[in-house]
Amino acid sequence: MSKNAADTVIATKEQAIQLGLLGEEYEKVKEILGREPNFCEVSIYSAMWSEHCSYKNSIVWLKTLPKKGPHLLAEAGEENAGLVDIGDGLACAFKIESHNHPSAIEPYQGAATGVGGINRDIFTMGARPIAQMNSLRFGDLKLDKTKWLLKGVVKGIGNYGNSFGVPVLSGETFFDESFNTNPLVNAFSAGIVEVGKTLSATSHGAGNPVYIVGSATGKDGIHGAAFASKDITDASTDDLPSVQVGDPFQEKLLLEATLELADTDAVVGMQDMGAAGITCSTAEMSAEEGFGMDIDLDKVPTRQDGMHGFEILLSESQERMLVVVKKGKEKVVEDIFEKWDLNAVQIGEVTEGGVLNFHKNGELIATTPAEPLVLGGGAPVYEREYSEPAYFKEYQKFTIASIEEPKDLKKVAEFLIQQPNIASKNWISEQYDSMVGTANMTTNEPADAGVAQIKGSDRAIAMSVDCNSRYVNADPYKGTQIAVCEAARNIVCTGGKPSAISNCLNFGNPYNPESYWQFVKAVQGMGSACEALKTPVTGGNVSFYNQTVTKDGEVPVFPTPTIGMIGLLNKENKMSLDFKKESDMIYVIGENHNDISSSEYLAKYHGVKESPAPYFDLESEQEVQDAVLKLIEEKLIVSAHDCSNGGLFTTLLESAVHRDLGFNITTDQIIRKDAFLFGEAQSRVVVSVPTIYNEDFMEMMTHFGIDYSLLGYVTKGDITIDDESWGDISHFKSLYNEALEKALD
Amino acid sequence: MKFGVVTFPGSNCDQDMVYTLRNIMEQEVVELWHKDTDLQGVDFVVLPGGFSYGDYLRSGAIAQFSPIMEKVIEFANNGGYVLGICNGFQILCETGILPGALLHNENQRFICKNVYLKASTSKSLVTANADLHKAYKIPIAHAEGRYFIDNEGLQKLKDNDQILYQYCDKDGHITPDANPNGSVDNIAGVTNEKRNVFGMMPHPERAADEALGNTEGKLMFDSILEQVQ
Repeated sequence: MSKNAADTVIATKEQAIQLGLLGEEYEKVKEILGREPNFCEVSIYSAMWSEHCSYKNSIVWLKTLPKKGPHLLAEAGEENAGLVDIGDGLACAFKIESHNHPSAIEPYQGAATGVGGINRDIFTMGARPIAQMNSLRFGDLKLDKTKWLLKGVVKGIGNYGNSFGVPVLSGETFFDESFNTNPLVNAFSAGIVEVGKTLSATSHGAGNPVYIVGSATGKDGIHGAAFASKDITDASTDDLPSVQVGDPFQEKLLLEATLELADTDAVVGMQDMGAAGITCSTAEMSAEEGFGMDIDLDKVPTRQDGMHGFEILLSESQERMLVVVKKGKEKVVEDIFEKWDLNAVQIGEVTEGGVLNFHKNGELIATTPAEPLVLGGGAPVYEREYSEPAYFKEYQKFTIASIEEPKDLKKVAEFLIQQPNIASKNWISEQYDSMVGTANMTTNEPADAGVAQIKGSDRAIAMSVDCNSRYVNADPYKGTQIAVCEAARNIVCTGGKPSAISNCLNFGNPYNPESYWQFVKAVQGMGSACEALKTPVTGGNVSFYNQTVTKDGEVPVFPTPTIGMIGLLNKENKMSLDFKKESDMIYVIGENHNDISSSEYLAKYHGVKESPAPYFDLESEQEVQDAVLKLIEEKLIVSAHDCSNGGLFTTLLESAVHRDLGFNITTDQIIRKDAFLFGEAQSRVVVSVPTIYNEDFMEMMTHFGIDYSLLGYVTKGDITIDDESWGDISHFKSLYNEALEKALD
Repeated sequence: MKFGVVTFPGSNCDQDMVYTLRNIMEQEVVELWHKDTDLQGVDFVVLPGGFSYGDYLRSGAIAQFSPIMEKVIEFANNGGYVLGICNGFQILCETGILPGALLHNENQRFICKNVYLKASTSKSLVTANADLHKAYKIPIAHAEGRYFIDNEGLQKLKDNDQILYQYCDKDGHITPDANPNGSVDNIAGVTNEKRNVFGMMPHPERAADEALGNTEGKLMFDSILEQVQ
């Protein structure tokens, strides 16, 4: 029997289906190849046509998103990540990506390799990562499993990112029981590159050598892309070998070597190896310009002997790149990788004709044109059915009148600020190095968005990740509009002008019409908000099949279209969220509403889960954002903090704790006091104004002609609501700061 | 003054230190590579923070054997100035040039936050300018920063006035609550007997740039420059 029998044996349709292909897709492969595929070829197609690589069930809708913007240097799908012009001859590459499925069964490695993968997407373009964020979802924190997942994910993100040496500037964590089995781990990275010095994921020039650089290839992560395209169930731990193992030290070396390489003229193109490893990188780079590659798999450095061809092709071992080098420049590449003690091995060369040939033991074990494998080429594209779930209309029936207002609102406040969704996340964020790189401008003056200064320039980049999954579940269209607007609001409150977004769309099974309805509505909502705010979508990723096993069967997680947005600001305009001193006036910009829908207060204090998304109006949102930005530029306010999860009371508390100040406020007589304090009606920003600026401030607000109201003033430390003393800030501060750690013990 | 900042594979605060010394302190800086065997005539060597060689064994355990460290040890033994920050401090303790060891933080987690430090002596290059009654706000970022030394060693440190910094609260009180990682006697930094080698876990280079809103770490670099020049 041939040494290659495992690869070259003709695959049956059943095997193809086991590997994740649909029956019709297997037939299509036969048609493309003009013969029956062998096992290795079926493995290649199953990985490339998996949801994870092909976006086959989402691309139709993703194409409707706005892609154009004045500052975009690379549009969605053109490169590994979006590229925004930030002036001074520099560009910012940024992207957000999910690593949900691996994290569900092995939280530490799952999260760690998610961080590794997203950073590779950035530096494979020649950009140096300067900032990270993450967006996490977990189940009920009372469950031991949730605690295990949370601790593992946080440690994984921390250990990888801390060693790699890129600061985590911001993030969000949200808990809901819909995530009990299936947490979400979305990682964001942003990097800086000189315009014109970016590397592309492309290949051309027959005879140019193809190199694999970085770590050796092992058996980890085989069929990982297929695994990520399946439902998470109790049996998912059987898929444990699908989870990759991360090595941040190798990644750090790979980063430095790659950026040195980017500074030479030796490279035609480069792509990192993520999902589907060598298969995906050879196919995508080749298909880009219609070339092919001859690859000798025996040359690939492996961690163990006797790996089959398909294993080498599909391995998702981390910290590897494929580089197409200009012929004659081999030594340049080899010397750089030698300096960093990394592998750089030629495994093949570029060919004319667009065909990928993979050899092993001197035999051709797989051959296929590259183009049919890839997204935008011949990969399948489906339009899935969708239908509005019954719950959507049911939720709309909710009225605030059905909820009795509690007598003791101070108790409610104490309860709310200890909810894991509201309480301080310091227990998490302190495990991440947030200061390496000496660029973090919010360490000493906290702000709604993360801010990374560009050294040697008067500019900085603001960034925020946002999505309230509960709102999106209640109303996917409006909820996603809110997610986009909240990200923008956070950037505006920091003094920045929103530029563009990357998204990470976490949904349930696309073959379930009700889940797919959530997806479609979310994409439509995102498109409309991005149009309005002029923040184009530069890319991102889609993660389907996120669901949780309950006693009633499998239910999708709360739909979560996480928005990762960047914006630009002048350093001198950087605004912080903390009250600065006693007796400054406190205003809310935007309109208060008699609304508690989908609030943490309604869901947790009253236990009512069925309500629509909170009040939101896209037009007034824009007016509020424009006003806040102008107030910052005119230096009339000294703090700005967006009102979100937990409502006004939480917003005020967060502004007060940093300097141990308090506040004395009066509520609105026509709005229920619980709605005033804890409702989450959107498009509101709490600002503080020194008394000497008060007149100018009011004059400017009159000029804007938008709603705003005086709440009260900053105090030395006591919290007073409608002349009733609620006690000192220190009391609330300790409840707020210690709740998460207590819940985790 | 001519500084040399060493880059080990896995160092990740090397460029922050170079930036601080070169752009903020306006000093000449040579970037030294771990495979180098020549210190290029520098007056002062800095071992920066990071995860040298991945730090998969004990932090700093591998770096001590790198080619450049042989020269750094020789330089230090001849009285040359050497400062180790974070991973650099761990490396100096591993080589035995500085007394003590750095263990896993008491809570077994990585900790990154602003803490307060008090200089415990004025008799060192790095603390000569410090106000001994003031709490300086400087960040830490480490998983293995719990300074440990046995009682005999601790007594020797005290007798010789070798403790550079201790963790304190913002009012300058050295209390157990202000100890972020469980270090013996709240120790955040020490010097050797000859007072030419310095190690500390906190990162003064992260508190030196006005744009970041805290320059309390810059005082340490000022102190070095003033004393030597």
